[in-house]
Amino acid sequence: MDSAIKYNENVVRQFALMTVVWGVVGMAVGVLIAAQLIWPALNFDVPWLSYGRLRPLHTNAVIFAFGGSALFATSYWVVQRTCHTPLFLPRLASFTFWGWQTVIVLAAITLPLGITQSKEYAELEWPIAVLIAVVWISYAIVFFGTIVKRNVKHIYVANWFYGAFIITIAVLHIVNNLAIPVSLTKSYPVYAGAVDAMVQWWYGHNAVGFFLTAGFLGMMYYFIPKQANRPIYSYRLSIVHFWALISTYMWAGPHHLHYTALPEWAQSLGMVFSLILLAPSWGGMINGIMTLSGAWHKLRTDPILKFLIVSLSFYGMATFEGPMMSIKTVNALSHYTDWTIGHVHAGALGWVAFITFGAIYALIPKLYGREVMHSVKAIELHFWIATIGVVLYIAAMWIAGVMQGLMWRAVNPDGTLTYTFIESLVATYPYYMVRLLGGILFLIGMLIMAWNVWMTTRPVKAGETVTAAQEA
Amino acid sequence: MSSFWSWYIAIISLANILACVWLIRWTAKKRPGEAAEHETTGHEWDGLREYNNPMPRWWLWLFYISIVFGLIYLVLYPGLGNFQGVLGWSQYSAWEDEVERVEEQVSPLFASYAEMPIPELAENDEAMQTGRRLFGNNCAVCHGADGGGRPGFPNIANNVWQWGGEPDEIRKSVMDGRQAVMPPMGAALGEDGVEEVAAYVFSLSGRDAPEDLVSRGAERFAAQCAACHGPDGQGNKALGAPNLTDDNWTYGGGLEAIKTSIRDGRRGRMPAQKELLGEDRVHVLAAYVYSLSAHEREQEAGSDD
Repeated sequence: MDSAIKYNENVVRQFALMTVVWGVVGMAVGVLIAAQLIWPALNFDVPWLSYGRLRPLHTNAVIFAFGGSALFATSYWVVQRTCHTPLFLPRLASFTFWGWQTVIVLAAITLPLGITQSKEYAELEWPIAVLIAVVWISYAIVFFGTIVKRNVKHIYVANWFYGAFIITIAVLHIVNNLAIPVSLTKSYPVYAGAVDAMVQWWYGHNAVGFFLTAGFLGMMYYFIPKQANRPIYSYRLSIVHFWALISTYMWAGPHHLHYTALPEWAQSLGMVFSLILLAPSWGGMINGIMTLSGAWHKLRTDPILKFLIVSLSFYGMATFEGPMMSIKTVNALSHYTDWTIGHVHAGALGWVAFITFGAIYALIPKLYGREVMHSVKAIELHFWIATIGVVLYIAAMWIAGVMQGLMWRAVNPDGTLTYTFIESLVATYPYYMVRLLGGILFLIGMLIMAWNVWMTTRPVKAGETVTAAQEA
Repeated sequence: MSSFWSWYIAIISLANILACVWLIRWTAKKRPGEAAEHETTGHEWDGLREYNNPMPRWWLWLFYISIVFGLIYLVLYPGLGNFQGVLGWSQYSAWEDEVERVEEQVSPLFASYAEMPIPELAENDEAMQTGRRLFGNNCAVCHGADGGGRPGFPNIANNVWQWGGEPDEIRKSVMDGRQAVMPPMGAALGEDGVEEVAAYVFSLSGRDAPEDLVSRGAERFAAQCAACHGPDGQGNKALGAPNLTDDNWTYGGGLEAIKTSIRDGRRGRMPAQKELLGEDRVHVLAAYVYSLSAHEREQEAGSDD
């Protein structure tokens, strides 16, 4: 590699730091709304703090602010280094940072005010949606421009995934947000009825598939081999699972609308393609975990590698669970229950957040000219607290969800329902407590990370010496 | 769906599935001059390399099995455009069949309940267990799990009845629903008038209110309100006009709440349950509602003696 290349690290630094900031904010809001489900009085009778407004703030903050910033940071880092060329149009890259942060701040203002399109994960009203589109297209220009001017013949596998993620999110976002504005803060979608629902879940599921899966697989394909210092396990596997993943994911959305007014052919195709998606999804897990063969011992001493590899275990669990839940008869039990919430968090906490933690811990010292993070022990502590948090969270929601599904469908010999809805809610409280505990642990881990990042990145005062290397 | 779209869907669905098979086989093929297994492909990016290992066999089997399962499913069930699948399964007929099956099982029981008069049924423990569950899943969301009501939704457990508490009257309320209309009187009365009538209505349940307001309110009441609520405010069950003298309030008995009721009017709507639950279940529900106030009814009967 040509060490004389001057890579653009400024925008990477900005996004990496904001990943940590938004992680703290998004997870804190998550903890608050988890507590509100147990003690509704925690909305303090303030409309801006009501559950219905904070829940979209939580999802937007963790997916688009925390996850989005992590994807920007890592993709800008990865694409330069694996193309052996600095970023294309660095000022446009800088615009994507400020534009994206503006989107997040606008979301944090409008959502508590109750300004929303009421489309899950696409709540932001049309002026913000337009800004997202502009930022995203700029992102695509920077990313693909860098690919085009690359100084290596082949395009590295991580960039296939980042590239698929960028193109698809642009298409999904624009199509799902087509709406007719009636004022600055209100618009109506151009779709109606079952078509609107189908477009929304085509968007919604592919947001999971491309934002939260393909994008983070790009991260995985760079940071795991880098951290393990081993070659990727199988080039062939990466080809097959990439193309199969992106083509079959496109069809899976209708499984969110089983047993509804959606035409039955669409429901069936959603289920069939979700099942076929299992192997392509697992391809990424296998390729990541097997990359470690011959270097397993590194897991004992390197907490960053622990985050990266355990994230793949959760990824494997969640991508097994997803196809199972898409089977219509399983979905009849699981749909509308907290099982779905558990499934989402197995992916969001276990996979997305863990791989992000690993990648950011690997990046920050490099971005600030340090050898390692300020405290490697704190990474280890973060890892264990976060792992216990995820396990408590998803186990509680699995049990709660299956219990709810069974209670809702229980029927007496006289044909009446055995339980009322409120009885199932009362039965769920203990699991809500465990979930809250899991969430608090996860947030504590995030705060440890924020402290560690602060200590690593703060300017070193005169007379102070960098001791991290000795600590490690 | 037109046959064009039907074919379009069927063809691209199958093409995508079969493309997966082709992709596996094309990628698995050995090429002359390529790197051996356990060697890297020779490409390098930022120090990263890739082995040319074959795809794990168990994983390929998993992939093939899911594809075969998917194809079989699309033969059996609706999925490929207009093709309904050889099983002829549909979520609509599946649901209708299940409802019909359960209905066959339970309708004799409800038919036997339907033959019993409501007061008798209200003392049948087993029927009331059924009634309690029907109430919990259909009525409690507005009237409360104990029938105690919520602001805007009447208490139906205290033997005070807006539309009548006789068994047949309760049954009719559940069966056909009720529409209560208190018209907004703000324009007709003016704000002073609202104040006066509110004071009078407030005083009707034995509470103190300024004399002059009450006397002027009484005059206005006689002219504007008595047609429905009766000359002494005791209401009219035929119209669903509530008794204003019993200190039992659906929309709140505070002065402000009474003023709002007079000024802006109220619209109470009890939805009809006949089409949703069927007559026989409504009969059991009516008996259950009747049973909720059994205690009050006995006490009142006792005090009359």
